[in-house]
Amino acid sequence: MSGASSLPLLEVRGLTRRFGGLTAVASVDLDLADGEFLSIIGPNGAGKTTLFNLVTGLDDPDAGTVRFGGRDITRFSPERLAAVGIARTFQHGRVFANLSVMDNVLVGAHVRFKAVRPAWPFPLSLLSPFAELALALIRPGSVATEEKLMREEALQILSRFGERLLPRLDHPAYSLSYANRRRVEIGRALALGPRLLLLDEPTAGMNQTETAEMQSLIGDLKRSGLSILLIEHKLDMVMQLSDRVVVMDEGSVIANGKPNDVRNDPAVIEAYLGHRRGGKADAPSLPQAAAE
Amino acid sequence: MASWFDYTLNGIIIGNIYALLAVGLALIFGVSRLINFAHGSVYVVGAYAGFVAVTQFGTPLPFTILIAVAVGALLGLGIERFGLRPLQGYAHIAPLLATIGISFVLDQVVQLTFSPDPRALPSELQQQRFQIGSGTIGALDLLIAAIGLASAGLLYAFLRFTRLGWAVRATAQDRDAAQQMGVNVDAINRTVFAIASGLGALSGLLVGMYYNYIDPAMSFQATLKGVVAQVVGGVGNVPGAIAGSLLLGLVESYGIALFGTSYRNLFAFILLVAVLVLRPNGLFASRRQTPPEPMTGTFIAPSKPLHIPYGALAALAVAAALLPVILPNPYVLQTLTNAWLYGLLGLSLTLIAGTVGLISLGHAALLAIGGYASALLSINLGVPVGVSILSAGLIAAVIGTALVFPSFRLRGHYLSIATLAIGEIVSLVILNWESLTRGPIGISGIPPLSIFGIELDTDRSIYWFALAILVVLAALQFRLLSSHLGRVLRAVRDDDVAARSYGIGLDRYKALAFAVGSFAAGVSGGVTSHLYSYINHETFNSQLSILALTIVILGGMGNVTGAILGSVLLVGLPEVFRVAAEYRVLIYGLVLLLLIRFRPQGLLGTV
Repeated sequence: MSGASSLPLLEVRGLTRRFGGLTAVASVDLDLADGEFLSIIGPNGAGKTTLFNLVTGLDDPDAGTVRFGGRDITRFSPERLAAVGIARTFQHGRVFANLSVMDNVLVGAHVRFKAVRPAWPFPLSLLSPFAELALALIRPGSVATEEKLMREEALQILSRFGERLLPRLDHPAYSLSYANRRRVEIGRALALGPRLLLLDEPTAGMNQTETAEMQSLIGDLKRSGLSILLIEHKLDMVMQLSDRVVVMDEGSVIANGKPNDVRNDPAVIEAYLGHRRGGKADAPSLPQAAAE
Repeated sequence: MASWFDYTLNGIIIGNIYALLAVGLALIFGVSRLINFAHGSVYVVGAYAGFVAVTQFGTPLPFTILIAVAVGALLGLGIERFGLRPLQGYAHIAPLLATIGISFVLDQVVQLTFSPDPRALPSELQQQRFQIGSGTIGALDLLIAAIGLASAGLLYAFLRFTRLGWAVRATAQDRDAAQQMGVNVDAINRTVFAIASGLGALSGLLVGMYYNYIDPAMSFQATLKGVVAQVVGGVGNVPGAIAGSLLLGLVESYGIALFGTSYRNLFAFILLVAVLVLRPNGLFASRRQTPPEPMTGTFIAPSKPLHIPYGALAALAVAAALLPVILPNPYVLQTLTNAWLYGLLGLSLTLIAGTVGLISLGHAALLAIGGYASALLSINLGVPVGVSILSAGLIAAVIGTALVFPSFRLRGHYLSIATLAIGEIVSLVILNWESLTRGPIGISGIPPLSIFGIELDTDRSIYWFALAILVVLAALQFRLLSSHLGRVLRAVRDDDVAARSYGIGLDRYKALAFAVGSFAAGVSGGVTSHLYSYINHETFNSQLSILALTIVILGGMGNVTGAILGSVLLVGLPEVFRVAAEYRVLIYGLVLLLLIRFRPQGLLGTV
């Protein structure tokens, strides 16, 4: 785990989002160091996904700031966030249904296509769509090479999932199993070459074998040094993977620390189990508690 | 000042009539999330039912009204049965397209039964006028106002105080929950369609009596006016629909007072586009909210497209090129030339509606822009015809994209309605901008097709010219689809939220696709204008937009080969079988309806 002394990669301060009378996210502070694996847990409706949406630009905060690598990215559009290196997956899985597995992953690499998407300064940038169109139709050597390299890289990414996806490169995503669609989504996120990867319940709806497989893959990603922010309900997985765990309840952070500390935090147990239930001194620790 | 009183009164009366339409549309949208494009046909059928009752049987007014309402209600039940119920679980825009098909069929049936000529719809109330202050008010005005108020009151009471009305409101709020609570949502749908269509038919009857004039072509305008009023008031919002209707009636009436009759519809459509873009939830929505999920989604049926190797396509192109040598029959060549030009339109729409998922219902406007551009450039500026056609493509791309650009933020149905309105706006601007377009007279004496100064004066040379353009643009479109842009555009269509999260700027790529597609349509319009040598604002009408959509769905959305096949089948086959022109529209409507129901992926599959 990286030292706390270095500047955090992601720095969330006072982030707030209200829906009518409900404050879904209430002045949340959050730090994520470079290379850190941070998980957000909390009961349903705690505001985890809303927080995710605020960080990834799908929703705008009412107050607060988000900084990434020292740069203020509050209210950035999703497409700009992708360009600065933030990739996300979605809670219910959003693959491009009619695109092949390969094309889904290549779309993930969109921001890294440079030869075919010339980045020109302002007055010229108005013409860049035409340049992109011309380059796509003419396909000079640089464009063809870039496409070839990206395809090779996409193959490498897909080979991380063993034989799950490689035999199905040309299959449209809608024809895949649910678990495979979630895998495609993670492959697509990796193709962006992210500095920060946000995973929203990557194992939701998966059986035990699939969950274990996904967990080992995410473990690999962590070991490769990728910074990861994870929302997950499967607490065993969270406890094993995370460097640090943040617990949210009713829009606020109620605990923040190492997995073991959080697991035994009375406030956390109370949030999961309700107030003073049981009333025993030796309250169950979280994974068992949440399983009930 | 008397005239202002009259204009205000007239606006309110017309607004009342629109309200009868818009309330029905709002009710239907409320329970079924469908914008019913067959509503104007119900209105026409109501008017004709009244016409038959009055002229054949001499029914007194109350009976005439009852007959029109009953016929409308029955028709509504039929539309629900064939247009909506079989399509549950289909793409959300499928029922909307189905109602377009139904309206084509109904309008043509009315036209074939009663002829397209206008008829008078006499009423004993037409002569009676009362003096009020400095103005006068007719008995019909009073009747319409009374019926408007009475139906609003009855509807309110129904929704508010009856069990069935509660069930309607519950279904509108949450269909699934209502169903779980034991509400028979199919029965609710039927009820709502019957009520809405009864009101729509009544509206048609009243308009017919008010102007003492009915004709089958009123249908499309009526649908549009109802939709405008509804969108202005907030889609699915019944009181909003009434307010929107009155507002629309007044805006039109004052617009006529200030600028003249031919501008009337222009105001309606500009109001529509402005409200859609600026206040998509209507003028009276209390707070900003995102449209509910069912508004998203395009018409893409998952399917495995039939893969045709490029070699086979090239062989087909060569065969098509050799045809004039093998079979030098002028009739066949003219028919196929026509099919190639529609094929260009198909290429255009299959890219825009299929590949990037923007279901455009106003595509004929691009043909019109291209046609007028090429004609005016060659006549007014002496630009050589080949160059003028190329310029027409570019001009259509620029103007078309610029007009639609503000609407790119809209999704699903809303975008389709906006394109429909923009198409009407283009047609009305052409009609009214007389100094440039010669207005209703149209443009005659457009120079014949030529390249490099050589006139194309044989059927053969024209055939080759059209085929060559089609082959080149189709090849370019294949190349586009196989590039990174192909997958980016399809990603935008499949899931715009996910696409944005991966760095794809939606406006940029929608505009790119729209510009490329508009180019092909503009070229098609340009060639057509030189081929016809005369065009006016009705040459490229809204029926053409729907034909284009049928071509594209028939071939398979996004499918380049499919678009060409679709145009050969839909444009060529009726010629081969010598189908009379008035039956063709009927066939197009039926084909559209059957395709959506039974083969939404088209013949060759969506790409």
